Amino acid sequence: MSLADLKKIPYGKTAIELKNISLAFGGVKALTDVSFEVKKGEVFAIIGPNGAGKSSMLNVINGFYKPTSGTINFAGIDRSEMEPELAAKSGIARTFQNIALFKGMSTLDNLMTGRLLKQKKNFLMQALYFGPVAKEEEEHREKVERVIDFLDLQSIRRTPVGSLPYGLQKRVELGRALAMEPEILLLDEPMAGMNVEEKQDMSRFVLTVNNELKTTIVLIEHDMGVVMDISDRIVVLDYGKKIGSGLPKEIRNNKAVIDAYLGVSDD
Amino acid sequence: MIYKETGQYKSSYKSDHAIFPLLQDKIAFSTLMFIAFLIIPFVINSYWEKAILVPFLIFSLAAIGLNILTGYCGQVSLGTGGFMAVGAFSTYKIMTYFPDMNIMIIILISGLITAAVGIIFGLPSLRIKGFYLAVATLASQFFLVWLFNKVPWFYNYSDTGQITVSERTMFGIPVTGAEAPSYATYLFCLVLVVVLSFAAKNLIRSKMGRSWMAIRDMDIAAEIIGVPPLKTKLSAFAISSFYIGVAGALYFAVFLGAIEVTESFDIMTISFPVLFMIIIGGLGSMLGSFLGAAFVVTLPIGLKFLMVDMVGLSAVTAKHFEITIWGLLMIVFLIVEPHGLARLWSIAKEKLRRWPFPY
Repeated sequence: MSLADLKKIPYGKTAIELKNISLAFGGVKALTDVSFEVKKGEVFAIIGPNGAGKSSMLNVINGFYKPTSGTINFAGIDRSEMEPELAAKSGIARTFQNIALFKGMSTLDNLMTGRLLKQKKNFLMQALYFGPVAKEEEEHREKVERVIDFLDLQSIRRTPVGSLPYGLQKRVELGRALAMEPEILLLDEPMAGMNVEEKQDMSRFVLTVNNELKTTIVLIEHDMGVVMDISDRIVVLDYGKKIGSGLPKEIRNNKAVIDAYLGVSDD
Repeated sequence: MIYKETGQYKSSYKSDHAIFPLLQDKIAFSTLMFIAFLIIPFVINSYWEKAILVPFLIFSLAAIGLNILTGYCGQVSLGTGGFMAVGAFSTYKIMTYFPDMNIMIIILISGLITAAVGIIFGLPSLRIKGFYLAVATLASQFFLVWLFNKVPWFYNYSDTGQITVSERTMFGIPVTGAEAPSYATYLFCLVLVVVLSFAAKNLIRSKMGRSWMAIRDMDIAAEIIGVPPLKTKLSAFAISSFYIGVAGALYFAVFLGAIEVTESFDIMTISFPVLFMIIIGGLGSMLGSFLGAAFVVTLPIGLKFLMVDMVGLSAVTAKHFEITIWGLLMIVFLIVEPHGLARLWSIAKEKLRRWPFPY
């Protein structure tokens, strides 16, 4: 499989286009005929009630689920499915709804795993650990230290992440994704379970990444205040179907969306 | 106050990432190496060699091997005895076919052969995990021992089914066979253990080790960040088997000299004890591999001394008690300190750091 080069796509043009994606697990239809596109450099939000298929959508984008039908156009190349490794190599990083950190490793090591794909020296050289390997380690360590500085993780550099509080774990997970220097960052409920200050911090990090590094962000979030504030465009899913898409202010006044969230009265 | 890291500033990432970042550790390690290389060889006798030092070194190597697979990559294996047998029989066959080859090269090639066998028996790990994988590796234990027993080619059609090592020298001094002096076998094992330990530590602190630990802790997330599960698990099986194969080769060629496969590489004599070593020593710790090996090798000697020489029990009764005490210790360790002796050591370091202040 050839590697799509996302870097060549100009900002504001389509980075990922999902065409008529359907996903079924046996009789359960998780997604039905969903189409949308993500433009390079934007903050794109996927919202919807619980069980709407939002996380499944992210899993399709980074190749963890294979859609039953439909095509994924990634950086101009049509595919029927993605592979996780290919997605990682083409610059898609993600975080998980239920934190998926490497619990036995320190914060530093967790972030260093984000650099694994970029470390090229083979295992014999690693076993000897002479010049070039040590130099490569240092280069990547420097990149990781920048992420640590950005996310204020200095004090927990050596702490095993399993013993960190929830909010910090979420932040370390964002750090691991950032250490991959992604072109597209998929965030699955980055603010779930956080208090207002933590949400503000997290929103600030997300916006800074988007502004400074020009990283495209695809975000799932339940906090409507946050979503309406930080996203450029929104798509709404309900029962695996797309029920609306557009700018935040359009979504806010969309009848179908309001019905999905608040329920429809019978009369 | 004794173990003080205050004031030891790191000014480069390289020194921060060193194997022994603290001065105290460096001094302790250098002292240990000084004693091991320059004092012990001159004072070693046959008892210390055969009963304690050489088995300790060999089992340390096997424990490092299993720790790479189980402690770092999270793949449980009960096939250690089978893999050690592969190392031993490879050494024997290579010795038969290439009488002039250097023993060090023979042992390293035996390690590579074991690595290849390890990859084959590691294939089920792609589909199964945990207890189920342990059972699958158990199959490799029984199959390999059965194979070396059933196919006469492996033991050169000898009547007894035993394999016996012939004399080989390094720098003109015999290191295998009955004539090998104690200091030679000890130093031979020591050099291999030190070199291979550093190699293992280097692998663990670089890309490879992080990939293994990523697979161990959360394989889904590992896949998403681009760690290929297939390649990573098989690399752990290969490198782990290499270490275990070298340990098996040393066990046969340098330590025992003559072996019979069902007896020497049985699950009860090798696979479980090595697993105990890494559990008692500490899963996912290099230091733990050594501590565990030292504990398992010296415990029977200590218990025998205590029960036979001090209390005056008969040797047979003492042996029965030994097995019981083993079981008891295993349970105590799993309950009191599941992270093993290595964790106890890091707690002790923490205490030393504060001593004599109570906070």
